[in-house]
Amino acid sequence: MSGNSYLPRKLHSLLGVIPLGLFFIEHALTNYSAFEGGLEGFNRSVNFLHQLPLVFFLELILIWLPILFHGVYGLYIAYQSNLNTGRFQYGRNWAFALQRISGVITFIFVIWHVWETRIQVALGNTTYEELGAHMHEIFTNPAYIVIYVIGVIAASFHFANGLWAFLVSWGITIGPRAQRVSSNICMGIFVIVAVLFLLSLVAFSGDEFASAAAAAGSASIG
Amino acid sequence: MADTATKPRTVKFIITRRDRPEAAPYTEEFEIPYRPNMNVISALMEIQRNPVKADGTKTTPVVWESNCLEEVCGACSMVINGKPRQACSALVDKLEQPIRLEPMSTFPVVRDLVINRERMFQALKKVKAWIPIDGTYDLGPGPRMAESKRQWAYELSKCMTCGVCLEACPNVNDRNSFIGPAPISQVRLFNAHPTGEMNAHERLEALMDDGGIEGCGNSQNCVRSCPKGIPLTTSIAAINRDTTKHMFKKWLTS
Repeated sequence: MSGNSYLPRKLHSLLGVIPLGLFFIEHALTNYSAFEGGLEGFNRSVNFLHQLPLVFFLELILIWLPILFHGVYGLYIAYQSNLNTGRFQYGRNWAFALQRISGVITFIFVIWHVWETRIQVALGNTTYEELGAHMHEIFTNPAYIVIYVIGVIAASFHFANGLWAFLVSWGITIGPRAQRVSSNICMGIFVIVAVLFLLSLVAFSGDEFASAAAAAGSASIG
Repeated sequence: MADTATKPRTVKFIITRRDRPEAAPYTEEFEIPYRPNMNVISALMEIQRNPVKADGTKTTPVVWESNCLEEVCGACSMVINGKPRQACSALVDKLEQPIRLEPMSTFPVVRDLVINRERMFQALKKVKAWIPIDGTYDLGPGPRMAESKRQWAYELSKCMTCGVCLEACPNVNDRNSFIGPAPISQVRLFNAHPTGEMNAHERLEALMDDGGIEGCGNSQNCVRSCPKGIPLTTSIAAINRDTTKHMFKKWLTS
């Protein structure tokens, strides 16, 4: 790539945290409401979100465009890197390699996941009210459960480790002690966010969402 | 008496060689007599004196570069048992055998273990890693440097442009224009100098150009590999702060 790469790289780093990181946490909490509040809790969270004013523009500016830029530019960054963990088996070098691997996995997963959910709503194949049932139908296929588990763990790692790198790249954590402490905090965030998502997967594949799926199925037949 | 005679101790080497810059690399094995306290350079000198391979056939002497022999010039940097370091300070007694020697192939290989580190010096020119004091009249003494600052700046001044940090960096490769860790740390050194600070923006702007500081992917191999123990990742993060501030300052004041 010719020209100045400083600004796009800086923008890539910023978008990963604001807005994408914030949206990612919001997504984890919304999903977790399925585990905490069941179908009703999940529907309440979904309703709150899609009734936000100017929701289309919020999605476009805070989610879709940032994901597109962060993902496509991220693929270019991954292409520019050598993975040399064979010669340099240090923790941070492993994190460097995993950041690129998890980024590619997450980007592919997100494209597929958006197709399965948001685009199906846009196409009229499902509605916001039926999303819980829709998720349960996806999780009746064990292969999809595996894909979702890999996807949410990769995304959670990429977000948490990316947050650590953001703090370095913007010159917030400078010394080795500050970077070690922020690394521990970020790995804690990785575990918490991953557990929130995994619990929501448990809820979606559980009985309550099964009966919702059955009800939705009979309603569409009737 | 014959029972007490022991086989003379030897040291085994596997060396990656290349005849010309564009030629394909190949390896040759050597087995040379052991002497106490030998380092990789003295072993290479032994091969130079007697260029015979382990299988007894003659070969051309292995070519390498060295100069100071006390780990301050950086000329003899090579990959020894998988890690980039200086051959002069690589003691044979402390190395696992067979000892594998390879050129630092992140740089253009000239021949055998000799590499061309010109990009290191081009990078220092690009970031203006010097203090401009030339003028048409005597400028007088410059401002003083605080002792507390001098102490950490001195650590950064130990850089010998050896190239080990670039060899260790996963983002220094032919798909990436990243300048490498060493020159970023030199920007911090010369921007810390009270006179050098007067041109700090020029060095920051050089690093905000294509292939500048943004190329760092935080693998932190550099700080683990630096033979002089320079806090390279601290320098990179500090210059990240300075370039970020400079970016906002330029936006808001122009």
